[in-house]
Amino acid sequence: MTHVTNVETAEVVKGRSLWQDARARFFRNKAAVASMIVLILVSLFALFGGMLTPWSNEEIDWNLMGDVRTLGGPSFETKHYFGLDPLGRDLYARVVQGTQISLMIGIVGALISVIVGTLYGATAGFIGGRLDNIMMRIVDILMAIPYMFVLILLLVVFGRSIFMLFVGIGLISWLDMARIARGQTLSIKNKEFVEAAIATGVSTPKIIIRHIVPNLLGVVIVYATLLVPSMIMFESFISFLGLGVQEPLTSWGALINEGAGQMRYGTLWMLGFPLFFFLISLFAFFFFGDGLRDALDPKDR
Amino acid sequence: MLGFVIRRVAMAVPVILILIVFSFVLMRAAPGGPFTKERALPPVVLENINAKYGLDDPFLVQIGTYLKNILFHFDFGPSFVYQDRTVNQIIADGFPVTLTYGFWTFVFAVLVGGALGIVAALKQNTWIDYLAVGFSIGAQALPNFIMAPILVLVFTLWLGWLPGGGWWGGPGDPNSYTSYLIMPVIALATSYLASIARLTRSSMLEVMNSNFIRTARAKGLPDRTIILRHTLKPALIPVISYLGPAFVGMITGSVVVDMFLSTGGIGKDFVQAALNRDYSVIMGITILVGMLTIMFNLLVDVLYAWIDPRIRY
Repeated sequence: MTHVTNVETAEVVKGRSLWQDARARFFRNKAAVASMIVLILVSLFALFGGMLTPWSNEEIDWNLMGDVRTLGGPSFETKHYFGLDPLGRDLYARVVQGTQISLMIGIVGALISVIVGTLYGATAGFIGGRLDNIMMRIVDILMAIPYMFVLILLLVVFGRSIFMLFVGIGLISWLDMARIARGQTLSIKNKEFVEAAIATGVSTPKIIIRHIVPNLLGVVIVYATLLVPSMIMFESFISFLGLGVQEPLTSWGALINEGAGQMRYGTLWMLGFPLFFFLISLFAFFFFGDGLRDALDPKDR
Repeated sequence: MLGFVIRRVAMAVPVILILIVFSFVLMRAAPGGPFTKERALPPVVLENINAKYGLDDPFLVQIGTYLKNILFHFDFGPSFVYQDRTVNQIIADGFPVTLTYGFWTFVFAVLVGGALGIVAALKQNTWIDYLAVGFSIGAQALPNFIMAPILVLVFTLWLGWLPGGGWWGGPGDPNSYTSYLIMPVIALATSYLASIARLTRSSMLEVMNSNFIRTARAKGLPDRTIILRHTLKPALIPVISYLGPAFVGMITGSVVVDMFLSTGGIGKDFVQAALNRDYSVIMGITILVGMLTIMFNLLVDVLYAWIDPRIRY
């Protein structure tokens, strides 16, 4: 559509698209840009950090195992950059591995919520009427239950595994998104382009996917970036209680719990390193999401 | 108004029923009964146990009895692991503690968060505002399970000011009652306090830019009156709607506080039961918390509709 063939060769004023505007606004926010860099670094650490150490997350260093509290501190000589965990395993390798799990949970949770929540909300909002009423009441009901308790119930009944964690996170993560997507859909469903699509006989599912959903993206992206940290916190919470990720795998929550249990013996590196990664990543996610919201949704300032 | 309240209550009842039935079905769907042990019990013993706990009745009878006991007698049945304790006793032991620090957390988060938000809005674009906004974004990354270890590290291990957990043991206790309260309350409140501050700030700003405040200024009313009489009430309305989710979050967070700070609330029983597969205790606590949540949300909704008559669902 942007082919403009025969403009009288007057000077063409180059318009700025909505996205260019948003990008300019985003890059002016220093905290958000710094957060983006931190997030890139943490992701690189999760992806390639494992290559820098000869140790794996399961191996026990038998030489130091007996004296973890005195000799297990961070040191370059023993190649344990972050020291050892209480069982004598390399903490660096475990933090790399925990970072992978935590980031994966966050991203998968956000993806589920984006896909399910957006489609659900867009469908409810677009079709409206009784279906909308029923669909949104279901969301209300699901939101009213204390999901953390129900998820722990699920984990007890079906066994604790990473798969069940994903199921549990998938079950609740889309609720907020569905509400947001529905609200946004209601505001655009009476616009002309939707009317045109209806008039030309496009089927309802196709209107929802081709015309409604792309117009929800701005809002959805903002809330998805804010969902990633809340999913990570959710998983860390459960792992902190020892009900989440199971050994030998680990995650930030599990590592922090392990370190916190040992802190009265003075082995603070066990708490410090996982806590550091958790905090900088979560701070970065929140400031990044906040910057993105200011950029894409400038009315809310 | 009455019709609205009745409608809301009518919606809350089925939710509670669904929650009870759902957890019951889930529990029965679990592979292996609650008495499946590593060493198999003799069949006669198992039969007797099943009869004692009513597990040999038809499924519908079981669910009916369970529902009836909860709804009419508020009885969650016996614990499957501790022979001498009922779920009610376990709850009665821990719940008062949870309620105590839960109440103070709520008060602390609302008062401090609200005050912070109001001050930030009144001093918009000054360093106070920037500090408050920065804090309220950053503190979202400080959930209870992060705050609890940090607080213990700083206030117990380094400074030695506060006991590193536990609960007040009566008048003979060397530490004061408040000293046991401080860490649970701060650990639980921080992230909600931040959200409340953020919400209050943005809604204060919105109200302060509205027409009726301009009118009040044009009339020459003093700032004090404008803020106290005209701004505060409409600005705090959106904050009320956040209290429901905040309540759920705090009660969930109490599990971490009970585990990490050994405060002795129901959170520890819950996690212990989850690890022991003590189904009746898990269900009992889940259902109790669910009921509380639903009733609290109901209360918030009614309060919301009462304060702001424009709102009807």
